[in-house]
Amino acid sequence: MAEFLQFFFSGLTVGSVYALVALGFTLIYNASDVINFAQGEFVMLGGMVTVFLALAGIPLPLAALMAVMAAVAVGLALHRLAIEPARGAGVVNLIIITIGASIFLRGIAQLVFDKRFHSLPPLFGADPIRIGGAAILPQSLVVLAGAAIIVLLLWFFIDRTLTGKAVIATAANRLAARLVGIDTRRIVGLSFAVSAAIGAVAGILITPLTLTSYDVGTLLALKGFAAAMLGGIGSAPGAVLGGLILGMLEAFSAGYLSSAYKDAVAFVVILCVLFALPQGLLGSAKIERV
Amino acid sequence: MKLLRSVAVAATSIFVAILITAPLAWAQVKIGAVLSVTGPASFLGDPEKKTLEMYVAAINAKGGVNGQKVQLVIYDDGGDANNARTFATRLIEEDKIVAMVGGTTTGSTLAMIPAFEEAQIPFISLAGAIQIIQPVRKWVFKTPHTDTMACEKIFADIKRRNLSKVALISGSGGFDKSMEAECVKVAPKAGITIVHQENYGPRDTDMTPQLTNIKSKADVQAVINPGFGQGPAIVTRNYRQLGITQPLYQSHGVASKQFIELAGPAAEGVRLPAAALLVADKLPNNDPQKPVAEAYKKTYEQGTGQPVSTFGGHAYDGLMILVESAKRAGSWDKSKVRDEIEKTKGFVGTGGIVNMSPTDHLGLDLSAFRMLEIKKGDWTLVPEGSS
Repeated sequence: MAEFLQFFFSGLTVGSVYALVALGFTLIYNASDVINFAQGEFVMLGGMVTVFLALAGIPLPLAALMAVMAAVAVGLALHRLAIEPARGAGVVNLIIITIGASIFLRGIAQLVFDKRFHSLPPLFGADPIRIGGAAILPQSLVVLAGAAIIVLLLWFFIDRTLTGKAVIATAANRLAARLVGIDTRRIVGLSFAVSAAIGAVAGILITPLTLTSYDVGTLLALKGFAAAMLGGIGSAPGAVLGGLILGMLEAFSAGYLSSAYKDAVAFVVILCVLFALPQGLLGSAKIERV
Repeated sequence: MKLLRSVAVAATSIFVAILITAPLAWAQVKIGAVLSVTGPASFLGDPEKKTLEMYVAAINAKGGVNGQKVQLVIYDDGGDANNARTFATRLIEEDKIVAMVGGTTTGSTLAMIPAFEEAQIPFISLAGAIQIIQPVRKWVFKTPHTDTMACEKIFADIKRRNLSKVALISGSGGFDKSMEAECVKVAPKAGITIVHQENYGPRDTDMTPQLTNIKSKADVQAVINPGFGQGPAIVTRNYRQLGITQPLYQSHGVASKQFIELAGPAAEGVRLPAAALLVADKLPNNDPQKPVAEAYKKTYEQGTGQPVSTFGGHAYDGLMILVESAKRAGSWDKSKVRDEIEKTKGFVGTGGIVNMSPTDHLGLDLSAFRMLEIKKGDWTLVPEGSS
């Protein structure tokens, strides 16, 4: 039983990391149908900028705030300099542009920062909480709480504010949205800024657990993307659900089957789910709205 | 008349210029190096390049070797073995080098070996794997310790603690896989039984399921983590999180201050094998390696402003073995230099004391590794012969 609980805690830890990264994909997708493959780089920027500002002697909360602002600036620049000039292009072209941006940002980070791994101190200490013979780090719960808060804020933003409605309208039909007076360019830009902020917050919260380096974004974004697809891309609760399921799959297959094949097991399950439910677990609600 | 005079002046000055520069041009010998200065292995190749450049300049300032200045020709393969092979051909055919130091990674080295074997040029590799010198190739040598030696060193320490049943948890990277395989291979000879093996992916963020499985195996007496990068730091943290009490061993792959920083307080009590260079200031005064290690550390840190790494030390050892062999040979004749490299005895380098032979082109024994234990966030030497 203690073992089962420990695997569950591991799944919760890893799953909350994936969930937080997966959340970053939702807003840009909602506003523009683009899957932003540079999302992992926002996660990296959040962690790395915080680490380096903290090393430079800036207090941690301030460093974290500045890191989020830096990521937002990069997100806006990405929209203005790469996505906006190609606005006539199809969705696939835009996705390919984000892949290029991701490689570019990683290269710059390698030069601006360094190639080493870095860590941040956890928010509530490193002493594990012991429950029933299993142990979980307080930071795992912080990451989980962070994901929950972001889901709530996103729900409030999309469903309860006029700007949020404008995002939905832009996604549904850009021409129609413009005709009713929505500045769609500004809305898509806004979605990049908010997604960058979500990514940066994720990067800051997970760094005490996962460590960070200039190339941390690639694999995190891949796992986060898989989680978002599983949960239904565009749905914030779906992203969290997908992340937690992916984490649990990895933890339990590493624990009970084989640690060498745990990634394979997780992805096979995702493929099976997507065969049966191509929209993902919570994705169907979105389709009705469109 | 005026024209004639300027022609005469020009001709004379050209003549003088030839007289001045010609002896220099003749008395120069080229040493080649193909290093992974950029790319994924740049943390290895970068200190190697800086080391070679610094020490070649120092050697030339003292008048060179055998009356000839040494010119260093460095190419950057970016961690790609195909590039390494191309540069090897260029070094042989265009630059006409007399000897070769480097080959940062095992892949690059193995790709270059056929070229240098065919051209009959002495080749001292700076890469890790044992395949470079086993089987012995006439023209190929290397300076870094092998992962087999790291396994043997760890097993010897486990034996000293009267333990014999170990579990392995390793990553899926090249270094991790290679060392895991070597540990499994040499375990029976060392009297060690491997009772359980676990793996983790290159970017995994939590290894508690694997460690929970190890914890639940009652007969595990010690755990070894052959690994590289951020994985071992997370394994160490999770190890303490689960409250596992058996001794934990890491590999020489994480032998840097960075590992202690990343693992934090969890690193307390972790043991790992490493080169003497890392603990130069803590070596006892009668240690033969102390002066060499301290001198190199000082030169490197003052010259580059960066903390010393064992990888740059391997380049220092390779260059010095080559230079001393050339001095003993009295010339830069390739065949004579090769014979002298093979006769290297009692060379004190940063990596250990080198005794080469026709059957051993590495020349290091287990004494080259020191067993370190992390105490209060710093390295301490585990005294040999005690637990």
